[in-house]
Amino acid sequence: MFGYEFYVDPSRCIGCQACVKACEECETHRGQSMVNFDFIDRPETIHTAAYVCWHCEDPTCAQVCPADAIKVGEDGIVQSALKPRCIGCSNCVLACPFGIPKVFPKLELMMKCDMCYDRTSIGKRPMCATVCPSQALAYLRPEEIAARREKPTNTFVFGNQIIKTQVFMMTPPETEAVPVDITVWMWENPNNA
Amino acid sequence: MAKIPSTLEALSSEYGPHLNYMPDGGWSKESRNAPERLVKTHCCFCGQQCGIQLKVRDNRVMGFEPWQEFPFNQGKLCPKGVKRYLQANHPDRLLAPLMRTDNGFVKSSWDDALEFTARRLRSVQERYGKDAVAVYGGASLTTEKSYLLGKFARVALGTRHIDYNGRLCMVSAGTAYKLAFDVDRSPIPWSEIPKAQVIFVIGANVGECAPITTDYIWRCRDNGGKLIVADPRMTPISRNADLFLPLRPGTDLVLLSGLLHVVLRDNLQDGQFIAEHTTGFEAVKASVQKYDPRTVAEITGVQPESIEKAARMFALAERAIAMHARGLEHQSKGVENVSALINLTLACGHLGREGAGCTMITGQGNGQGGREHGQKCDQLPGQRSLLDPKAREHVARVWGITPEELPQPGYSAQEIMNAIHSGEIKALFSICFNPLVSLPNSDFTREALEKLEFFAVTDFFLSETAHHADVVLAGSLQEEEEGVTCSAEGRVIHIQKAVDPPGNARRDSSIIVDLAHRLGKAKFFPYTEPREIFEELREASRGGHADYYGITYEKIDLQMGVFWPCPTLDHPGTPNLMEGGVSFYPDGKCRFQLAEWRESGDPIDPVDFPLYLTTGRVVSQYLSGTQTRRIGGLVDMYPEPRVELHPRLAEQFGIAGKDMVTITTRRSEITLPAMVVKTIRPDTVFIPYHWAGEKSANKLTHRTLDPRSKIPEFKVSACRIRKAEH
Repeated sequence: MFGYEFYVDPSRCIGCQACVKACEECETHRGQSMVNFDFIDRPETIHTAAYVCWHCEDPTCAQVCPADAIKVGEDGIVQSALKPRCIGCSNCVLACPFGIPKVFPKLELMMKCDMCYDRTSIGKRPMCATVCPSQALAYLRPEEIAARREKPTNTFVFGNQIIKTQVFMMTPPETEAVPVDITVWMWENPNNA
Repeated sequence: MAKIPSTLEALSSEYGPHLNYMPDGGWSKESRNAPERLVKTHCCFCGQQCGIQLKVRDNRVMGFEPWQEFPFNQGKLCPKGVKRYLQANHPDRLLAPLMRTDNGFVKSSWDDALEFTARRLRSVQERYGKDAVAVYGGASLTTEKSYLLGKFARVALGTRHIDYNGRLCMVSAGTAYKLAFDVDRSPIPWSEIPKAQVIFVIGANVGECAPITTDYIWRCRDNGGKLIVADPRMTPISRNADLFLPLRPGTDLVLLSGLLHVVLRDNLQDGQFIAEHTTGFEAVKASVQKYDPRTVAEITGVQPESIEKAARMFALAERAIAMHARGLEHQSKGVENVSALINLTLACGHLGREGAGCTMITGQGNGQGGREHGQKCDQLPGQRSLLDPKAREHVARVWGITPEELPQPGYSAQEIMNAIHSGEIKALFSICFNPLVSLPNSDFTREALEKLEFFAVTDFFLSETAHHADVVLAGSLQEEEEGVTCSAEGRVIHIQKAVDPPGNARRDSSIIVDLAHRLGKAKFFPYTEPREIFEELREASRGGHADYYGITYEKIDLQMGVFWPCPTLDHPGTPNLMEGGVSFYPDGKCRFQLAEWRESGDPIDPVDFPLYLTTGRVVSQYLSGTQTRRIGGLVDMYPEPRVELHPRLAEQFGIAGKDMVTITTRRSEITLPAMVVKTIRPDTVFIPYHWAGEKSANKLTHRTLDPRSKIPEFKVSACRIRKAEH
């Protein structure tokens, strides 16, 4: 959809996985979810994160593909591997710094988030960003996202590799480590419990 | 009598729960084809009542499409909403009435099943009196069905005992709001939430139980708002709390009294609001005198500094909203707890202005509408009291009976089960209620069900409770009958019929109407369509607080919902219930309520039961799981209950990772896998309650009720744990 961008904000995620479930309903990969979801470290924290493919400007997955099966559309969307070309080698899976592509051995095919091409091409928002109850995944105009507390960035640094992406990550205005052990806030002497 | 008619295994293999993962015909076949119709309706799971479009083809629900124009959720859905369509065309669906035999259930004709039901209900009433039959309803029913059921109990059966599973949900909040404001509804619509400067959430797992509300709170934070969360567990919204108050289960009232103490000690109250809009302040002021932060810290386990800070944040904010749910309300002092929160809100003057108020987060699908029109044991349509002579006269006139014929108030849900157990009530007609999973102390509930002389259940799936039935009437899903519900905001919305009930299943309302006819009361139940019931309901509610007279199906569609009260056809509805801080009492004043703390009905014993047990929900399941335990994609997210405990507690018992843990209370014990997490108090364990049988958290809970709201104390039990033998 013209004028809209995709924003990922893990700090809003409540771990409900509506995105994961809704992705299965999409037309191009019915029954398979392309959304990545993590409990960051459940024993320590309730923090969760859901994210889609970041759609890199110069995607590593395509760079390493020996069959030249991964194409970037004119709209900048990095597509699932082309079925006639993909050899299911998993190079892309290993190389992607974000851990996005999935190889489906039965189909000998890599599939990934295509930003709901079937929806966005006809003026609908991607399924995951439409349903997300907390709008941790959001498909909005830049002026709408500007009203948020967190600010968008699309530059990622992995060692020496700097990656520009089409999907934006929302980052805190000031970053501080937040303790998540409940006992930090408790009054009792730890030795009494 | 009503023992289950065959083995549990045999019943489960025939009636489930089986897991439905895919739309009818699978992912890649028919369900890919375009729908014939997109039906704009609402999700059936939870009181948020999100707008959703169901894809329909060949009288089958094949999928969903977000409904972005509906203002409340704008297309947003939680995983239950996303997968809700999979309850349709489900292999476990009851397609015909079932009658109990010595060898299990057998299918029957409607004529046989209904004639049998009517005969048995009549015979019990002839032998033991009218009140020997009780009726159970539910807050997932549409408002039309709820209204019809109330009339059915009182007119067709003439019993005073009708109550509903909303008794396990909204009654503490309802009672407290009624006492403070003389009306039982959220004072504010959700659109006020982002406008607040401070949001105080107490006893509400918003992220999991009211997921869409999360975005309203996050938008408040985007606008610079601060968030205070009080809970014995860190629930998902606590990740962005500016202040987190990890209180001991059952000590909410002390915490709230402590906050009010600090507000008054530091003179932060809104004197003008108190003088102009309230009564009863002085008595409450005196009652919180003793709750200084140090004393409160001793009882609640929350740091004194946090208490000071929370009180100042809430009081000094120009606009603040207090939100609460079952954590505050599921206690034997649930009403007092909510009253204390309302007291705090009133003292700070946070009512009747933009971005200010207190609000209850209604849990069940029609938790609001289902309690307004007469399936509560003490209530008549329009939120009228069954004890009020004028209300009796009005409703009796609409119903065409005399006020004397109208029964007096009866027992509440748990009291009905107690009376079944004691032998006072002999027969039960139940719809939309799975008490074996949802009532406390399920061993007691099972004993009671086994004593029933006659038990009829109306349901779309064979719930665990229905295993005990003599006859099961195959009813309808929410998408199979038109009607209205009322959301947590107080917005009356239109549930569209998407498909007809499959097979020989029938619409719930037609089952009840048919039964009323067979009980010889045809002239009082002339309806063929829900719309006719709604028209009568409009009249019955007219002049009551929950006045629906000005609401029509067409107006709801046009306005995307109508907030009650809506007294005339040209009235737009009332999103803000108490504009200017004016209550529904004749003098317009809000009433402070004295709220004194007392011990739980199942107190901690330092030797035998040294730990708190608290129960609740997970995002992927709805209530007793009758529907959601049959949807594969939801079950996979959290397949069975686990017991959450802090590593410090786990260590004392040598519990690690996924060890099995036995939890014992004064009632019973169950064994579940451990979930060792630092996000819960070390003196508390948590178990979600959606499951039946040996995994049922409600085997452990107790039957103590709040004396006024009659809500059971699900949130506070005393327990001990041990590592289970393998």
